[in-house]
Amino acid sequence: MESQACFKNGGLGEGYMSAELESINNADFGDATGLAHVKAPGEVDVRHGIILYVEDVSVSFEGFKALNKLSLAIQDGELRCVIGPNGAGKTTMMDVITGKTKPDSGQVFLGQTINLLHLDEPRIARCGVGRKFQKPTVFERHMVWENLDLARQSDKRWFRSLTARITEEAWAKIQETLHLVGLSDFAYKAAGELSHGQKQFLEIGMLLMQHPRLLLLDEPAAGMSDRETERLAELLDHLRGLCSMMVVEHDMAFVAAMSGVNGIVTVMAEGTVIAEGTLEQVKQSERVIDSYLGR
Amino acid sequence: MKTDLEPAAKPSRRLLLPYRSTVLSPTSALIFALLMAFVAIYVPIAALVVPPTSPLHFSAYAMTLIGKIMCYAMAAVALDLVWGYCGILSLGHGLFFALGGYMMGMYLMRSIGLDGVYHSPLPDFMVFLDWKALPWYWQGTEHFLYALFLVIAVPGVLAWVFGFFAFRSRVKGVYLSIITQALTFAAMLFFYRNETGFGGNNGFTDFKRILGFPIAASETRVGLFLLTAFALAGSFLAGRFIVTSKFGRVAKAIRDSESRLTFLGYSPLGYKLFAWTVSAIICAIAGALYVPQVGIINPSEMSPGNSIEMAIWVAIGGRGTLFGPILGAFVVNGAKTYLTAWFSEYWLLLLGAIFVLVPLLLPRGIAGLFQKRRTR
Repeated sequence: MESQACFKNGGLGEGYMSAELESINNADFGDATGLAHVKAPGEVDVRHGIILYVEDVSVSFEGFKALNKLSLAIQDGELRCVIGPNGAGKTTMMDVITGKTKPDSGQVFLGQTINLLHLDEPRIARCGVGRKFQKPTVFERHMVWENLDLARQSDKRWFRSLTARITEEAWAKIQETLHLVGLSDFAYKAAGELSHGQKQFLEIGMLLMQHPRLLLLDEPAAGMSDRETERLAELLDHLRGLCSMMVVEHDMAFVAAMSGVNGIVTVMAEGTVIAEGTLEQVKQSERVIDSYLGR
Repeated sequence: MKTDLEPAAKPSRRLLLPYRSTVLSPTSALIFALLMAFVAIYVPIAALVVPPTSPLHFSAYAMTLIGKIMCYAMAAVALDLVWGYCGILSLGHGLFFALGGYMMGMYLMRSIGLDGVYHSPLPDFMVFLDWKALPWYWQGTEHFLYALFLVIAVPGVLAWVFGFFAFRSRVKGVYLSIITQALTFAAMLFFYRNETGFGGNNGFTDFKRILGFPIAASETRVGLFLLTAFALAGSFLAGRFIVTSKFGRVAKAIRDSESRLTFLGYSPLGYKLFAWTVSAIICAIAGALYVPQVGIINPSEMSPGNSIEMAIWVAIGGRGTLFGPILGAFVVNGAKTYLTAWFSEYWLLLLGAIFVLVPLLLPRGIAGLFQKRRTR
């Protein structure tokens, strides 16, 4: 498994495990033997059903508290929508999860075992956390297929890349993804020549190639036409069973479409969670109405 | 991935699998092979067989000049590898060039043997300074293979260590350029000192022989010239091999958007460090070939201006193309040779004018003239 590379040199003590221990674990002695936190390295342990724990995370920038004891947990396979006014700390939260910003205090775990605060951005990405930025960020001077190939789950160490070849299998995957995001005719075009919406789709395609366990999407529908937004919702729906997602979005119609009737929506304000529940529930909350929806 | 979802559009054509970009396209490979064959056959004949009176004669002057420019072109290829592809603008590549030259110079000084002015086994400048024994770092430099090892190892290790700390601390852009400039300047001051044991401001000169061959003989010069031509060709091919691999695509992604790349799971450190070290080593080999041909190495090779000139060759030739910088080195140095001979006081003005006009008229450098309209 490719993502294991991040543990060989990563600062993750509990990631190590001998074959012997593994067999004990596999024999389901796990909790009984006190080895609850030991699992095969590189695998996200979701036995408790939770893929992401964010606990009491605080971040301040020169006195300004961007995150204030933020806590939330995301179920494996869940699509969680996060809404909140500007400055609520949504992007900062994503920065913390992906390793861009180190918090002043708190804990962030991927599954039961992987402490994300001990890893840097590339390692977190290799553990299966994908991120889509607010602005479409693709490699403009690379061709569309090259963008997808760069994202493709593969050995990403420099000495392997010197001799790396694109196998039939990988190429089939690239083509399949090109189909899905509707860019088949643009494979040999520079990504910079695509329209804004096409770039958004290319970026989604890159995330598909990356095959993350947890996908963080920062306002994916921003700047998209209605038709494109519809297509995006379709694509994300397709991903629903394949990975867990956290979507930060302002477009309430889009949130309603994504979360459905039973999906959990988290409302953030001033760096902390002020409400959590189905969209209908949070819409009733006093605090949400005060700080976000308005009366 | 399952595909229960309908594709948005049917592809209009079958996409071909690009296993790996070719190092050279068939046409380029043919031109390249013909050029190398021409150099390998024409130069020895024109220099050694054709009489000096014939217009076809390849004079010693021309050979030294072109040999020197080929060394510069190698340095330009090396700089393009880091600047054009990884976005690391080094203004200190003259240091690696000069270090390679100094390591070769140590061997050349030792090969003078007892034929120096003072007929001493020590290099002349050491006798002049009244030194009685060789300093420890001069030990073994009389062996050619050890000198070759030093040519690669000293600049290579320096580049690796510098690169490791600079890239790990995420020093980028203009800050990195300034640090590299400071590094070469500091090294220049260090080498200017007599106590350092590298001949102070005179450096090394008056070489007599290389590998037992008299260094001024036409045959030796032809040999050095051909060696330089093949080294230049080799570094160009090595560069092409790197940039046409997946490594090249990742390097360009580092250049264009490093932070985006880290979120895809790539650690830029290893990529940058490899390109940087390879670049320094190519530069050092160029320096090692330069010194026996021009017959002198001194600390002025490390002056900041020299390193900046290298960046000018790359910029004028067209960065991110590898062959552009070779053209750039030839055009700028060729112009410099002729123009300084005819109206020397205006050379710097002309260089300035070239440097202003080329980016305005040819934003992709001279190489841009040869390329079809592509976004790469």
